[in-house]
This record gives sequence, C-alpha cells and structure tokens, in this order.
Amino acid sequence: MKSGSNLEKVLEAGHFSVTAECGPPRGADADHVRKKAGFVKDNVDACNVTDNQTSVVRMSSLAGCLLVKEVGVEPLIQMVVRDRNRIALQSDLLGASAMGVRNLLCLSGDHQKFGDDPQAKNVFDIDSMQLIHMAKTMRDDGVFPSGEELKGVPRFYIGCAVNPFADPYEIRVARLKLKMEAGADFVQTQCIYNMDTFKRYMEDAKKQGLHEKIKILAGVTPLKSAGMAKFMNKFVAGIDIPDDIIKRIADEPKEKQAAKGIEICIEQIGELKEMEGIAGVHVMAIEWEEKLNEIIGGAGLLPRPMVD
Amino acid sequence: MITGTPKPIEEILEMLEPYDNIVVAGCHGCVTVCRVGGQKEVEVLSSTLRLARETAGKDINIKEVSLERQCDPEYVETMRPYVEDYQAVLSIACGAGIQFLAEKFAKTPLLPGINTGFLGVTERQGEWSERCQGCGDCVLHLTGGICPITRCAKQLLHGPCGGSTAGVCEIDKDVQCGWQLIIDRLKSLDQMDNYAKLKPYKGWNASRDGGPRRIIREDMV
Amino acid sequence: MLEAFENGADGVMVIGCLEGDCHYVSGNIRARARVKRVYSILEKIGIGAERIRMYNLSAGEGAKFAAFANEFVDTIIELGPSPVNTMRARKTAKAPQEETT
Repeated sequence: MKSGSNLEKVLEAGHFSVTAECGPPRGADADHVRKKAGFVKDNVDACNVTDNQTSVVRMSSLAGCLLVKEVGVEPLIQMVVRDRNRIALQSDLLGASAMGVRNLLCLSGDHQKFGDDPQAKNVFDIDSMQLIHMAKTMRDDGVFPSGEELKGVPRFYIGCAVNPFADPYEIRVARLKLKMEAGADFVQTQCIYNMDTFKRYMEDAKKQGLHEKIKILAGVTPLKSAGMAKFMNKFVAGIDIPDDIIKRIADEPKEKQAAKGIEICIEQIGELKEMEGIAGVHVMAIEWEEKLNEIIGGAGLLPRPMVD
Repeated sequence: MITGTPKPIEEILEMLEPYDNIVVAGCHGCVTVCRVGGQKEVEVLSSTLRLARETAGKDINIKEVSLERQCDPEYVETMRPYVEDYQAVLSIACGAGIQFLAEKFAKTPLLPGINTGFLGVTERQGEWSERCQGCGDCVLHLTGGICPITRCAKQLLHGPCGGSTAGVCEIDKDVQCGWQLIIDRLKSLDQMDNYAKLKPYKGWNASRDGGPRRIIREDMV
Repeated sequence: MLEAFENGADGVMVIGCLEGDCHYVSGNIRARARVKRVYSILEKIGIGAERIRMYNLSAGEGAKFAAFANEFVDTIIELGPSPVNTMRARKTAKAPQEETT
C-alpha cells in the first residue's frame, strides 16, 4: 500500500470506485462544509475538496479536507500550482499528511484572471507534472526534492487530472502517460458527455497499456437544466456536450429538466461501468451534492464496499 | 526590443504639477522602433504638454531632446551640460533608461512618461507582442524555438493544460496557446520526442526571482 | 497638427484625397488615423476635438473645398477662440497693469 487510503484500498481490491467533489464556501463557515460532507457520506470512497477553483477565493482545500474528515468522509486534497511555490507546496503536503489526508490531486489551476483577483501574482513555480513527481519523491524516496531527508514521510495516493476533450487531442494520451511516469497512481477525467470522443481516448490509452498502470476514474457532472448545458458547452473550456444530450433535456418542461439530467448522468455511469479500463467514476455534482445519493444509488453503486 | 505604452496624459500632468521648466528626453533605441519614445513622440508629447498647461493657465517650458540611448553612460553624459538648468526630466525611454538617468543625475527628479512593457517583436506596423521573459535559462532548443515561459500563460513546462481550445488559450480568445504552437513546431521539425519527457524543475533563481541580476565579462573589464 | 494650435490656430482643417484615390496609396488613411489620435489628445487637454477636422476631396473639387472651409470656419467662430488663445489674451491684457506696479 502506497498510502493506505480508503480509495487506494477499494481500487486495489478491484472494486469500481466512486469519488465526488465538495466545493468549500466563500467564507469561513465550517458548517457549510460539514453539511455538504453529510450528503457525500457513505456514497463515496473519497471526496475531493477543491482548491480555489476558477481562481475564486474559497476556504482552503486543506481546511475543507479536515472538516470533511470530521464528518467521517475520506478526504482528497486538491492542490493547484497557480498560487503556491514549491516551498509552500512541500510544506502543505507535509501538513496535510500529518493531519491524516491520504489522497492528493495535482492540478495546474485555472488562470487567475477568472477569479476576483486577476491582479494577483501568477506563481506556477513548478507545474502539475512536477508536483506529481515531487509528491512521489517525498513518499517513495523519503527525501525533499533538494535531497535532504524527511522526518516523517507524507503518504499520498497521488492523482492527476486529464481532459480528453481539450485540444490538441493528439497529445492527450501522451500527457496521461507522462503523468503516470511522473508518479500518478490514479487519474480523474474532466466530465464526460461525448462518449464517442471518450471511447476513442480510452482506446488510445489502452493501446499503451495505461489502464493497467494507472487507475482511471471517469468524470461525470449531472446537468441541472438545458440552460446549464448550453452555458457550459459554450463558455467552459474543455467541455463538449453533444447536441442530442442538450436536446433530450431541452425537450422536457423546465420543472422536469433536472430529473432528466440526473437520469442521463445515471445512464452515463452505467455505460462507463461497462467500459474496459475504467476503474471508477468521479461525480462532480457542483452545488448539487444532495443529489449524490440518488445518482450513485441509481447507478447501482451503493452500498460502498468496506475494505480493510 | 523593449516595448512600452504611453502613460495617460492626466497622470503625466499630475507628475508635472510642481514644475514649469523640464526636459523631455526620448531614446533612439527600442522605444523608437515601437513608436513610443523616439524623437517624434518627444515632439508630440511636448506639444501636448505645452497646450495642456497653457490652457490651464500654468505655462511650461520644455527642452526637447532625444538621446542615442539612455542605457549607456557615454550618451547619458551628453545631457550633463544642461540638465541642472531644469527642474526635472520626463523620460519616455524604457525603465532601464529612466533609472540610468536618475543615477547619473542624482539632483534631478526623473519622471517616467511611459509604462515599460515587455521584450517583444514587431508583428506588423503598430502591433508588438511578447516573446521573452528573460528567465536566464533558455530552453528554446527543446521547444521548437517557442518559449513556454512567455507564450504559455501558466509558464508550464509540460503543457498544454486542459484549457487549450482550438489553439487558443483559456485566458483570451486573442491569445494563442503557447503549447499548441510548440507542439505544431516540434511536429514540423520531427522533434516530438522532445515533448514527452519529464523536465527538471525550473531554476527561477536565474531570473529576477534570484534577485537583481548582473553580468560581468571578465575579458572586458 | 498640435504645433498649429501652439502657433495660435483656433481650428485646423486637414485635407486629404478621396479614399481610394490617394497618390501615395494609403497616405490619406494614415492621416485619418493620426487625426483621430489628435482628437483624443485635444479632448483630454481641454481644447476640444471639434477644433480639428479632416476632409476628403479631390484636387478638382474647388467648390466643395470652399463649402467645407466656410462650414468649418463657421464652426470655429461659434466655438470661439481656442482656450490657449483665450489664456494668451488674458495675459496680454494683464501685462500693462503689472508693468505699472
């Protein structure tokens, strides 16, 4: 066991794993996190806590992780390289591990121009690839990147993100491979709507045997309305929603669109479960965490397995 | 060249409030090429200032000069005979030039008339774009001649990120994705094996993060 | 253009050839861009963009030129002297008094 985390145990035991996501609040209200964690509890093997997503300041991921842990949910800390240099990142890895966080997701981070502080300094001291490498070096070699010995090794199950829908397509599998080589144990993909593109991506990944070397968790996001679908498709980089999906939701009367969105999400999870090489699903029900039980249960993935 | 943009005239007029006898100094180097600080711009700026001040009832006397460069001591010295006859110097050279004048003429307030920008190239007349961050550790041979530190908004060494769409960076539809450019170029040079390699962490101490830099050529000093 | 105002002009007319007919191909287009720049300078410093205007004419359009010139002159007469000239007139008016003090 690299980290001994629940997520690692579930995946190593061969179960189809489930993770979800909690966005911390735009303030210091701890109960907000506890409440969301309550919706996630018992529905997942680990829960991501986002790190100032879209550069909008929120309670820190580490604090969110500890609150989530309090409620009895296994946390997964997300770390972007946008805001912190390698000194701060190493320090936060040590801190998170010391506080019992055992899952890590290494990300670039959205550019700060998207948030409320576009005038902030842009750090990017190391990139997400190098952060993966850094976490692995500390865990497996027991040293700082500088070579100095660690007193107490941070043990993380190391994850990365990929976007099969971003351009250029031709290097996306090469990047997954590079992240695996850098030390990633698992990957969570950007949310999938275009199954054809995703299947092609998986075929290309399997040709390189990547599905056996890294655990691939497919990302899904339930759509609340046709409006949300159209908005995301148009304005969010790297999201590709086929017209027929938008139409299925748009054809419903407004008050039934959310239910249709959930239905489609459950279908998608069903399809992903049957795909070779997919080790689990990452359900990003943003600001809709209360629906997690319905979605994950509806996909036949409850109860979650208990692995020692 | 080093580029810059003119400071708003209101800002310059505010800086000039205490003075009525100044030098406006341009430079024949980079700022002439990017049309922000050369002889012509000295003339236009000086006219503008005189008209603005006269209209406000507070005349200003301006000596218009343009130096060969403001970053070499020999050319800066050409100002010494007259600089102390004036209350201040408004320089529209780059920040290096402005500071050099300030160092050489310690008793004269030095005012910046432009906001110095970036190291860049002329795409066409009237359009300049950024190419180099002066990071001190050039990797252009590995990236098809395109700089990931400058052209990628996130300075990634293993790009592109997930926000690259149709060759456009997530920050602005008018900004090309630096890594798309690198990949295209590596492909055309048949150097794609350079792409899928883990690169060492960047040594930012070679850039300004390590502190103000200095170069000494032993064979020249 | 700015120098003309410094030299005491209340208004400046810039005349260029009809667009597409420039002997120097695009000189008149560039001129228009520069006149635009001067508009914004004049606005910002309180002289007013209306005091400069560009007209496009061919060399043979004498009557049009006369019409434009008259129109522009009327505009300037209505605007009055440029703020620079007003300021200068004030100064000259003051000066004799100061000399006696």
